[in-house]
Amino acid sequence: MRRFTWFNATSLTLGFAFLYLPMIILVVYSFNASKLVTVWAGFSTKWYGELFRNEAFLDAAWVTLRVAVISSTLATVLGTLAAYVLVRAGRFRGRTLFSGMIYAPLVMPEVITGLSLLLLFIAIGLDRGVTTIVLAHTTFSMCYVSVVVSSRLASFDRSLEEAALDLGCTPFDAFRSVTLPVIAPAVISGWLLAFTLSLDDLVIASFTSGPSATTLPIKIWSSIRLGVSPEINALSTILIGIVATGVISASLISKRAALQRERDLHKAVRT
Amino acid sequence: MNFRRIVLIGIPYFWLLALFLVPFGIVLKIALSDTAVAIPPYVPKLDLAGGWAALVDFVSQLDFENFAFLATDDLYWKAYLSSLRIATISTFFTLLVGFPIAYGMSRASGEWRPTLMMLIILPFWTSFLIRVYAWVGILNTEGLLNQFLLGLGLINEPLILLNTNIAVYIGIVYTYLPFMILPIYATLERLDDSLNEAAEDLGCTRFQAFWLVTVPLSKNGVIAGCFLVFIPAIGEFVIPALLGGSKTLMIGKVLWEEFFSNRDWPVASAVAVILLLILVVPIVLFQRNEQRQREAEG
Repeated sequence: MRRFTWFNATSLTLGFAFLYLPMIILVVYSFNASKLVTVWAGFSTKWYGELFRNEAFLDAAWVTLRVAVISSTLATVLGTLAAYVLVRAGRFRGRTLFSGMIYAPLVMPEVITGLSLLLLFIAIGLDRGVTTIVLAHTTFSMCYVSVVVSSRLASFDRSLEEAALDLGCTPFDAFRSVTLPVIAPAVISGWLLAFTLSLDDLVIASFTSGPSATTLPIKIWSSIRLGVSPEINALSTILIGIVATGVISASLISKRAALQRERDLHKAVRT
Repeated sequence: MNFRRIVLIGIPYFWLLALFLVPFGIVLKIALSDTAVAIPPYVPKLDLAGGWAALVDFVSQLDFENFAFLATDDLYWKAYLSSLRIATISTFFTLLVGFPIAYGMSRASGEWRPTLMMLIILPFWTSFLIRVYAWVGILNTEGLLNQFLLGLGLINEPLILLNTNIAVYIGIVYTYLPFMILPIYATLERLDDSLNEAAEDLGCTRFQAFWLVTVPLSKNGVIAGCFLVFIPAIGEFVIPALLGGSKTLMIGKVLWEEFFSNRDWPVASAVAVILLLILVVPIVLFQRNEQRQREAEG
């Protein structure tokens, strides 16, 4: 029997307080009427109003969203392909280099990734803007996607694919109708991971963006360098809200699906 | 090898070669070039149209001047050492904060654990930048922490925390905490409780059983967690730039300033090359540890 002691309860309480209090404070102060972030002057939503009238922020949000959707979709396709190659393609020349290139970006400092991509874009004369940010984000997030998908692929029973091939499927059909449905949860979480990585990225975007394209993190960065501002608190609150809703509802949906599967199994056993 | 297989392997392979490996080649090349007042600000430039003679000429112009410069200027090696020190200290504190949380999670009842797990992962999905920014308002001289401590009468004058190394430690511990907790929790969760019970039956106090049984058996998770915090902390830019002061030296910040403020691309590239070489050591050690663990389990 595991004992849950007072020490455990205290460390969990303090730990979660440490993790969540800063964000709760941030959210609370976004509703502060005062311009001074440290003085409470009553409840107000005026900073949200200011935020939605701020053209520069809205433009940056639009750029960020476009970059995130395009790059995470590209990264999901390339990353899934890369995972398939890693797990299923067997031996081929340069396999070690390939898996090295998949894992290296995960531990690469962002400043180095950003610098090297920028130098590439300049060397080939590509104008910096939305395209270059998309290329940069796709490259590093496809590696995350392929790690997530390949762990799912590795645990998947290969004989199912072989059965489909024996029954006359083309390799593409077998992939589409057998493999893809099984790895779909991993592909979806890979896309979500790539999407949030792209939304969040400041360093790589700063190196690879040009004057024509400013993303939200770059905009946030340049205004918080000057200090705390209630508008940024409001923006942060909106972003935290979106993420929290997304993650919590995703986990509820998967929990319900698991329960449903269990119920179906029971039903199948009984009949 | 059939055509389909070549396409399948070729697409992701080519992408990574073009956008990951080639850029590194360029960084290395520029690190060996000279700074120049030009666009782009370095010489020599490779002109492939010139053929073999141009290539020989190009290679002969490369030199290790920038690396020699890094070795002679105090700033750089101090920044590397200071990054390693800050990363080590922060990793230690992350372990100190993270272990009790992971331990508490592993002791919680089974129905609670998925929720606790989600609560650990949730901050990881929210913007890194925002999580660091949240501390600016707290650690400020007029900030909430100081107001709180002054209000309690624990201190008489506000502490100066923001723009010091202490703020950087707090920032790193805060943002990298999930990386520490998750691997430790994974090993603690699998531990067999009967081992602790046996130790207690044999006369250990509860704390002795924890110290002599639970802690040694969680070693793998602790090592993995420490590397997962230490490696990214070395090259960190956002935390020292936002929470650290002008005296906080970290190599990620130096690289950024070298590139954006001084516009010295060759030196920035040389800084990147050395940083990579430094990172190779902990990364190889980390992978060895993971490999050993896999072999022990398999």
